Amino acid sequence: MITKRNVFSEKLITRLIQLAGYLSILFITLILLFLLREGVPTLKEVNFSSLFGSRWYPIESYFGIWPLLLGSITVTIGAGIIAVPLGMGTAVFISEIAPSWVKEVLKPMVEILAGIPSVVLGFVGILVLAPFLRVSLNLPTGLTALAGALLLGWAAIPTIVSVAEDALNSVPPSYREASLALGVSHWQTIWGVTVPAARSGIITAVMLGVGRVIGETMTVMMVTGNAPVLPKGFSAFWAPIRTMTATIASEMGEVANGSTHYHVLFLIGLVLFLFSLAINVVAFIVSTRRIKRQERLLS
Amino acid sequence: MKKALYGLLLVLLLSLLGCSANAATITPDQTQPSSSSAYIENKGSDTIVNLALAWAERYQQVRPDVRISVTGGGSGTGLAALNNGTVDIANASRTIKPEEEALLEEQGYKAIQFTIARDAIAVIVNPNNPVQQLTLQQISQIYKGEINNWQEVGGEDRPIVRLSRETNSGTHVYFLEEVIRLGNSDDKSIFSADTLLLPSSEGIIAEVRDNPNAIGYDGLGYVTPEVKVLGIAPDPTSPYVKPSVATVTDGSYAISRDLYMYTRQEPAGEIKNYLDWILSPEAQQIVSEMGFVPVQ
Repeated sequence: MITKRNVFSEKLITRLIQLAGYLSILFITLILLFLLREGVPTLKEVNFSSLFGSRWYPIESYFGIWPLLLGSITVTIGAGIIAVPLGMGTAVFISEIAPSWVKEVLKPMVEILAGIPSVVLGFVGILVLAPFLRVSLNLPTGLTALAGALLLGWAAIPTIVSVAEDALNSVPPSYREASLALGVSHWQTIWGVTVPAARSGIITAVMLGVGRVIGETMTVMMVTGNAPVLPKGFSAFWAPIRTMTATIASEMGEVANGSTHYHVLFLIGLVLFLFSLAINVVAFIVSTRRIKRQERLLS
Repeated sequence: MKKALYGLLLVLLLSLLGCSANAATITPDQTQPSSSSAYIENKGSDTIVNLALAWAERYQQVRPDVRISVTGGGSGTGLAALNNGTVDIANASRTIKPEEEALLEEQGYKAIQFTIARDAIAVIVNPNNPVQQLTLQQISQIYKGEINNWQEVGGEDRPIVRLSRETNSGTHVYFLEEVIRLGNSDDKSIFSADTLLLPSSEGIIAEVRDNPNAIGYDGLGYVTPEVKVLGIAPDPTSPYVKPSVATVTDGSYAISRDLYMYTRQEPAGEIKNYLDWILSPEAQQIVSEMGFVPVQ
């Protein structure tokens, strides 16, 4: 039965939800405008060749953002290589294979892992991981891109696991049952039916994980050594590196408002923003395309 | 009936007494907020932060009514905060830059400088590193990336890992100007790109303590016994000198500098009292306790 009061509260709730939705669009737009306003003046103050130069040393007006850009990409790729297979494997194990009591222990454990503050990860990195890497791999120093990638991979795993696991859980049981009824093995069901059916959720999980890695600041600042070396090939993993986030975090406090250095830091922020935008757009395209193909298959 | 009346009178009298007693305590209470609202915000150089904290703690005993908040962040951070008006006193381990001074003048202020202590910059290596001493020239070449193996300066066959503070640190700027460029202002050389820029003094000490390849530098007040301090000579013919209060005071140690506090106008009131006290023998005694060198 619909009473007047119900109609009113329903309208109110709809409006509130609508407002929340619009607000997030508004905030993103405002953030973008702010970044543009503070970052774009760089293009007038610093010429292009110097902006894409190979040296970052802002107090002497070397504003080459190339090493920082590639530094962030290096750490993100490294963390992705570690976190994506491990995270997806864990999600599949928790959702499809583990007996229910293991599931009940593992799930909260993974969520606790997600709650570890990044500064704590950084401490673990400085005191345990970096000396271990230096000794075991015989590196000049353990404060390298590899240390950052390992820790960030670790930080991204819980994000990937919990989102991917939810996606796998939401696959209707009838899919699995139908597959098993056809005499397909458990493993083949997981690989050929459940995972593809949950594909868009899994891609979202991976993208959220990658987003967490690229935006992570404290851990990379503590363990990657922050040396703005231009990464060259695979060996960059064994060498120190400086990321965009660490640069903004460590230098923003010092710069004079409105100086060239200040504008360049905002330009780096803009680049980071575009990065995560690109990740989201790619994720959106990939997941929607998949759904269409499935629909075609089913019809 | 009469008893009750007396009782009432007594109560009235007592409450009056109570009132007057309250009134008596209110007077100092009222004056106290005005003086305990003396609140000094002090921020800047990470080199100075421990010393400034020790001063602030001791000053609490001298003047319990003055509250001082001390934070670090780097000399540049402190001077930027002074410019924004969020601090009363900025700590700096370098002199104010002309552009920072210009920013203050734009707002109608003038930076006032106080030399509060002297500091030596110690060059440190791992205790297992056999190298005992270096010339300034050698240190400069190491940090410029011209010397890359400890063998070239009399050590083992190991790569050199260069450590430095971040660019917002006054120690970083001082080291760049006085050691890497050897005080020559026309020299435009900078740190080698693979120099590790660590966000804290503690980070440098920790890496040097653990890593036999590392070389770092830090204020003498931060150096712990777990790392080895190198003897330094301004040129190969001079004697190698280790940093200490004595060698900094007599000028024989090559890398020492003054530490400063800045205000954005001629200090008055509690800020002036505090700065005067900092230069008193009592406060300068704390300077030597903290591993720095007194100015008096």
